[in-house]
Amino acid sequence: MSTAKRPPLPVILLANDLLDGEVVFWTGTHWSPEPKDARIAHDDASATALEGAAAKALSANVVVDAYLVDITTDANGHGVPNHYREKIKTEGPSVRRDLGKQAGLYNIVRSGT
Amino acid sequence: MPLLDRNGSKLDDWTISEDGTADAPRILVAFEHLKDALAGNGRGRRIGVAIANTVKADALAPFLNDIDLVSIAFPAYGDGRGFSIAKQLRHAGFKGTLRAAGPLIADQFAYALACGFDEIDLPQAQAARQPVEQWVHAAASISNTYQRGFGAENILDARHAARLARK
Amino acid sequence: MYRYDEFDARLVRERVAQFRDQVARRLDGSLSEDEFKPLRLKNGVYLQLHAYMLRIAVPYGTLSSRQLRQLALIGEKYDRGYGHFTTRTNMQFNWPRLRDVPEILDLLADVEMHCIQTSGNCIRNVTADHFAGIAADEIEDPRPTAELIRQWSSLHPEFDYLPRKFKIAVTGAEHDRAVVRAHDIGLRILRNAKGEIGYEVMVGGGLGRTPMIAKTIRSFLPKADLLAYLEAVLRVYNLEGRRDNKYKARVKIMVHEIGAEEFARRVEAEFARLDGPAIAADPEEVARIAAYFASPAYETLPARASGFEAAKAENRAFATWASVNLFTHKVPGYAAAVISLKGIGDAPGDITSAQMRVVADLAETYSLDELRITHAQNIVLPYVKKDDLFVVSQTLVEVGLATANAGLITDIIACPGLDYCSLATARSIPIAQALAHRFADEKRQLEIGELNIKISGCINACGHHHVGHIGILGLEKSGQESYQITLGGDATETAAIGEILGPGVPADDVPDAIERIVSVYLAQRTSGETFIEAVRRLGLAPFKAAFLEKTHAPA
Ligand code: SF4
Repeated sequence: MSTAKRPPLPVILLANDLLDGEVVFWTGTHWSPEPKDARIAHDDASATALEGAAAKALSANVVVDAYLVDITTDANGHGVPNHYREKIKTEGPSVRRDLGKQAGLYNIVRSGT
Repeated sequence: MPLLDRNGSKLDDWTISEDGTADAPRILVAFEHLKDALAGNGRGRRIGVAIANTVKADALAPFLNDIDLVSIAFPAYGDGRGFSIAKQLRHAGFKGTLRAAGPLIADQFAYALACGFDEIDLPQAQAARQPVEQWVHAAASISNTYQRGFGAENILDARHAARLARK
Repeated sequence: MYRYDEFDARLVRERVAQFRDQVARRLDGSLSEDEFKPLRLKNGVYLQLHAYMLRIAVPYGTLSSRQLRQLALIGEKYDRGYGHFTTRTNMQFNWPRLRDVPEILDLLADVEMHCIQTSGNCIRNVTADHFAGIAADEIEDPRPTAELIRQWSSLHPEFDYLPRKFKIAVTGAEHDRAVVRAHDIGLRILRNAKGEIGYEVMVGGGLGRTPMIAKTIRSFLPKADLLAYLEAVLRVYNLEGRRDNKYKARVKIMVHEIGAEEFARRVEAEFARLDGPAIAADPEEVARIAAYFASPAYETLPARASGFEAAKAENRAFATWASVNLFTHKVPGYAAAVISLKGIGDAPGDITSAQMRVVADLAETYSLDELRITHAQNIVLPYVKKDDLFVVSQTLVEVGLATANAGLITDIIACPGLDYCSLATARSIPIAQALAHRFADEKRQLEIGELNIKISGCINACGHHHVGHIGILGLEKSGQESYQITLGGDATETAAIGEILGPGVPADDVPDAIERIVSVYLAQRTSGETFIEAVRRLGLAPFKAAFLEKTHAPA
């Protein structure tokens, strides 16, 4: 995580829940399966704070594969990933609109802390 | 570094002496000093050798009767070359102690034993995360495997024995 | 098919307990993610884009009805009601939770299945000809060999931490339906001048970043020497294969760098040192395994099945399905029926739990309780009496599995791509769907004839695009999905790697581009010439020209 190059701002922090695999977003206080809950870092200091949260959650064995994703804010002020890969990761399979977050289906038993 | 074998923790009574000059009853020398250490071994010391996993088993062949231990380095647990070197050394008739040195994980213990290793020399950090009980437990988690020539028992021979018993 | 004895059963149960323990040690921090990852991979658990993914071994593609029903249950209970068959004939579930995997493994063990070594840098699930035991051109059934290798390679103490993954395939027929030359080791069963049966051993094939066709290192290996010889090959590779660069770590690179002759020399030197009989399975063990694959009790039937002929005459859709999806059986009166998992608009290889149950019932009633998964991501009912085919096909129609396209242009192989896979650079399934829609017309498909399109969502080539007659590789070009098209690949005994036609095209342009390539074939073919034959005769040039010429669709 720390070795990865930081993407351009603004960014959000996402990861997969260790036990359930669900894609989760750092809200500033906890991990949420809802993309709209993601805390958006607009400046370097907040991005550094996100990186700190990632490192802490990784070493606490709460999530895996945590990294920052560059986003654009939409009309509601929610972050939408710029890259198509992260967009699919945030929504669910583009060929199965009935599955994943886009369909309101979550794979998570508890929400991480 | 912590040492363990199939029974649990073990005292390491070998002294590392890369160039072979230390005055100790059992010295573990670097491969490039092995010849000299053996040649100058008038004092009845026992000699062991530490090798990288790029050293060929054939290169050790001339010395196998004169050494008591071979320690094979595992630079990372994912690098399985040491398993093949151990197997080749046993096949070449080496009867001494085989040691795997490096950050192996408990789940590899059974494999190491099956390939001919006797003991594992773990880095401190690894041993702290994976206590010795985990190793002993992991070594026994699969009771029998299919391959012949890896350890005392195997499924193929057990089937063979069962067939004979039925006859 | 093979059945577990007490030893097989115990090993699989112990492996489940071991994995349960590994998950617990991951959670309590004994195992770091870096240490746990190879352990979970060796048990088929990937972390994909949206969730974990579980890959279940279907050894050499053979399943019983009971096993398929269990997969249906797992799909419903722990997943989203469907599964996906891969080009290595395994089944993947896309939504399991890590916490549930030990329970799923228990359910699999209940029906003699497992996930052992379906991923990781070890010897992977062995594959074989999906028409094993029923093809007329077979010298010997490859499945006993494949099962022997499955057992020998399972939890192998020496070869579980190889430089990279290692895939073995076996064919027992002249016509290679197992793509053996695209494997790390390909084995072809043959007979020598003395009439003895043995193996041609090919090494160093593989697709991925650097596609290579395997080279023969032993033209005849006596059967009894198989395990010792495999041990020699794997030992040479384990010791000397490259570990400095993940992309150069497959055995194909080593074979390429030192040459097949030198590789063979090193293997033979190691083999000569080994005590062969101490490694080999004894003849009784070989016979024990082979007995499970003995020919079933076929009925004596007339070659011409009157009910079948009458049904074809009456029902055109059935006649078309029968002409496309049946494979000639060596026993008169029987046929092997291909169930296409490539319905127009479907994700290739996907099947719902409900469909699995219907197929399982059909296999139980009409195909001696057995089915096969093919590397083309379809299912085969291997032993259907021709007179039962109509009933079978009508049941398939009801559940949307009667698409008559086996081997045709819409029988597209596609990996999951970016819709699921975390390694992907682009999506594959939408491309397959768009092409299927474009070429959906049945008459046109038949007119085009045999044509394999294969799509991968990244350079790892799980969709075998290199050996597709037309291959499509999804890449990323300046932040957009882009598709590179290759032509002339071949997955059979005349294996060949396709050549790139030109620069990548955006997703929307793929159907037109393929259309232009197909038009060249239709315009220039001689009578009876298949697509791939025409490509070989005409060369790349005319296709390339057509590919490069942009469509000038009215704005
Ligand atoms: S080819 Fe790439 S995208 Fe497709 S399944 Fe394999 S790794 Fe994933």
